[in-house]
Amino acid sequence: MTPPEPSTPSTPSAPTTPSETDAPDTIEVGLDGHADGWELVVGLEVHVELATATKLFCGCANEFGQEPNTNVCPVCLGLPGALPVLNELVVEYALRVGEAFHFDVPAQSVFARKNYFYPDMPKNFQTSQYDEPICLGGHLDVDGVRITITRAHMEEDTGKTTHVGGGGRIHDADFSLVDYNRAGVPLLEIVSEPDIRSSEQAKAYASELRATLEAIGVSDVKMEEGSMRVDANVSVRRRGSDGFGTRTETKNVNSIRSLGRAIEYERARQIEVLEAGGRVVQETRHWNENDGQTHSMRSKEEAYDYRYFPEPDLVPVAPTPEMRAAVRAAMPELPAARRDRLVAAWAITERDAAALLGTPGLADYAEAAVSALEALEALEALAVDGARGGSPRDIVNWVNGEIAGHLNETGSSPAALSLAPAALAELVGLVAAGTISRNQAKDVLGEALADGRRPARIVTDRGLAQVSDESSLGSVIDGILAANADAVAEYRAGDDKARKKKRGFFMGEAMKALAGQGNPQVLNRLLDEKLEGNG
Amino acid sequence: MSSSDSDHDRDHDRDRDLTSRSAAGLAAAVRSGEVSAREVVDAHLARIEALDGSVHAFLHVTADGARARADALDAQRRSDGPESLPPLAGVPVAVKDVLCTRGVPTTCGSRILEGWLPPYDATVVARLEASGAIAVGKANMDEFAMGSSTENSAFGPTHNPWDLGRVPGGSSGGSAAAVAAGFAPLALGTDTGGSIRQPAALCGVVGVKPTYGRVSRYGVVAFASSLDQVGPFARTVEDAALLLEAVWGHDPADSTSIPTPCEPILPGLERGVAGLRVGVVRELTEVDGIQPEVSAALEQAVKLLEQAGATLDSVSVPSAIYGLPAYYLIAPAEASSNLARFDGIRYGLRVVPGEPGSANAAAMNGATRHAGFGAEVKRRIMLGTYALSAGYYDAYYGQAQRVRTLIIRDFDRAYEHFDVLLSPTTPTTAFPLGDKVDDPLAMYLSDVCTIPTNLAGAAAMSIPAGLDGSGLPIGVQVLAPGLGEAVMFRVARALELGFGFAARARPGGPA
Repeated sequence: MTPPEPSTPSTPSAPTTPSETDAPDTIEVGLDGHADGWELVVGLEVHVELATATKLFCGCANEFGQEPNTNVCPVCLGLPGALPVLNELVVEYALRVGEAFHFDVPAQSVFARKNYFYPDMPKNFQTSQYDEPICLGGHLDVDGVRITITRAHMEEDTGKTTHVGGGGRIHDADFSLVDYNRAGVPLLEIVSEPDIRSSEQAKAYASELRATLEAIGVSDVKMEEGSMRVDANVSVRRRGSDGFGTRTETKNVNSIRSLGRAIEYERARQIEVLEAGGRVVQETRHWNENDGQTHSMRSKEEAYDYRYFPEPDLVPVAPTPEMRAAVRAAMPELPAARRDRLVAAWAITERDAAALLGTPGLADYAEAAVSALEALEALEALAVDGARGGSPRDIVNWVNGEIAGHLNETGSSPAALSLAPAALAELVGLVAAGTISRNQAKDVLGEALADGRRPARIVTDRGLAQVSDESSLGSVIDGILAANADAVAEYRAGDDKARKKKRGFFMGEAMKALAGQGNPQVLNRLLDEKLEGNG
Repeated sequence: MSSSDSDHDRDHDRDRDLTSRSAAGLAAAVRSGEVSAREVVDAHLARIEALDGSVHAFLHVTADGARARADALDAQRRSDGPESLPPLAGVPVAVKDVLCTRGVPTTCGSRILEGWLPPYDATVVARLEASGAIAVGKANMDEFAMGSSTENSAFGPTHNPWDLGRVPGGSSGGSAAAVAAGFAPLALGTDTGGSIRQPAALCGVVGVKPTYGRVSRYGVVAFASSLDQVGPFARTVEDAALLLEAVWGHDPADSTSIPTPCEPILPGLERGVAGLRVGVVRELTEVDGIQPEVSAALEQAVKLLEQAGATLDSVSVPSAIYGLPAYYLIAPAEASSNLARFDGIRYGLRVVPGEPGSANAAAMNGATRHAGFGAEVKRRIMLGTYALSAGYYDAYYGQAQRVRTLIIRDFDRAYEHFDVLLSPTTPTTAFPLGDKVDDPLAMYLSDVCTIPTNLAGAAAMSIPAGLDGSGLPIGVQVLAPGLGEAVMFRVARALELGFGFAARARPGGPA
């Protein structure tokens, strides 16, 4: 419905590469169809919507999904005479980002006007930062490789255009509607150097960036909703070459996975163009999730001259030493430290920890569930015969397994799950106590995710609770053994193979008698005792 | 209304009396109960009705709103007593059409904003209302404040009340003419390069450009954001101070607003100038084409101040002569960006070219701006767009900003030795309508003495300094450092006393 138009501006200082690599004389083609003689070069421009209560320059609510043109005022509508006033919280968030990515934050930064006409931009200029951004020269370490981050700057978002009629694209629409609710929402644009050499690395960088932004609480980082938008500057060059190839900028990438796919597609496309003796055109391209391709967004590349100049309606931003110190003192744990802590505290693998941090909100969910589990066990420890044994690892297994799968399928977020973290802890407790088996727990989880009932309630409703009581199980087994004296005799006389078979038979009969709710561990033990013991 | 001719004459005399009085006098009369606010407003509305057909100071007269407001103030006086009235209760004021007024047309003298009703009041408009002053209408102006004669208004020029064949100056020509013609004792204008002081000089009234940041720009439709400043017009220095004090002060809605408290003007207004050091700016006095009578008036001002005990000397502000070219890069550059929002999409004029359904946003945009903007606005948008273009930025906009820095430095040096500076306001008195319409550079030169103050972000005001041989008003300019309004007004008051200029224009003959 709403194809992104070139309204989200790209930075002026995007990694740019003037010279085009000459076509090679010989081509080596790998098994995957990619020419081995080529090296991929990627830089990422990430726009993050900051999760402030109000917009960048006015008091309008910064909310997603409201009725069109309800969160607007003279300032964010760019009405004649209206003036911007900087939201201090945005500066604080930018300082947090400065800390998290080891940026240099100069004594002052300056807003600038980026001038171009577009209907969803109320003033027909975007208030952004240009040659004096708030953050300069940071980095992010990804799997042992340091990716340099050129800059991060504050800017306002644009409105949103919807093209109605025809194919829903701008060219054949009957008319267009503009919603200015998003206009003036604070953005931070974070621009990396072209340091990335593979799509996997690009995904890891974007993922770590997202986890870090989430950890410092500056954004929802929802790629699907557009609160984090990743544009990929992709070029290829011959291996061993120092220069850069001509780059393209791919927009509309709505997930980390799509980022990898889009980069791979662009790499293959550019290599194909170059190997056919063509030239890569510097242009903006649009990733289409459905056909898995990038498409040129403009028939011919327009040379934009944004005529930047310092925004005369705002004064330079000069964070005080006190403000900087307060931000530094309040910095939360960053993902790398959190992964280390969880690995150590929960005895989980690096891979498990990385998976938790790879989905926004998932690690928080797991930590809440582990806390709930600990509280539960503390309570049960007070009770006589309180069953113990649920571990953080059990929680993580559920979270990274069934729950992550559910989130993938439904596109939901951990915070929105109808299964609260405490309910997951309850489920783990039920398994640990032997009340239900792990297989039963999967069904219970499925139902809990579907309708929000507590696991204990589902177990009761469905009569799932295992019979673990030794005297009842013992009398069931006694009855079966008595009714099948021949089989008992055969068992005792038989070889290992025969014994195993008979044992399976007794177990099956017992489960049949218990309608499948006998605790298998207890049944096994009692069978052993009764078959071997009183021979 | 009147039942006999003598009653009519009495009413007429009464109206003439009320429309001749100062704002201070009217406020006192309303407070004392000598007249009602309604009577004051009616008298001014009657004069507008009778004479604005020939002056055209107003684009829109808010007669109903003004009467309702006056009635409300009169009711308040009756119910809560005279002490409850705000300081300017019942005083009519003309508001330049560049200031947003909620629900009242605000066109900036442009077709592109025809029919637009702002949903909000400019901060100064809100403060005006809080002061008890009553807006009687929106004053004519050069389109988007670009011009020095009000001939660039899309709705026809304003005529100088002293000689209807001549311009009132601009861009705030409607505001200046309204005060000179007795349509209101007070008016608000804006001054980006002289747009208050130059028309004040040409219309024989007091006009003040306060320090940049002293008066809120929130709700002032921007021409050049780093230069625009709102200020008062009045027939007396005291009235100008009253209006300035009613609207100035920090506004959190304007990030460039100065937070420090304002030093009040009125308490020191009569303190005189004894011991003050006054510098006459050589570069602004020896300008090309200066009218001899203007130079003579400045000489007279020097003598008056010396007689009043000030120390006079000549001073050089070398970079001031580069003010004009620097201004004509910086102001259009900012304007090219500020005026980009007038695109036909959200408000104002929309022109859809070609067959229905065939146009796209860019074509509509182009057609709207082509039809909606006048020639001077287009000229400045193009000039500014060029000055900001890649490859030209440093040579034009960048260089102009460096000149601006020099001007600030040179003024700072001058103020190490002087409390205030003195110069002509404008090189000539009012010129005939149509005289400079086809010669933009000649038009631009009428602001040569006023522009440096805007670039420096400082304060300056124009004071009537007598009439030339044709009976046209001459202005002298008092310049002060940033936040130097109080001392500037003291000097202006001394000049007012010295010149004894209290004449008021009689548009269309004796009225």
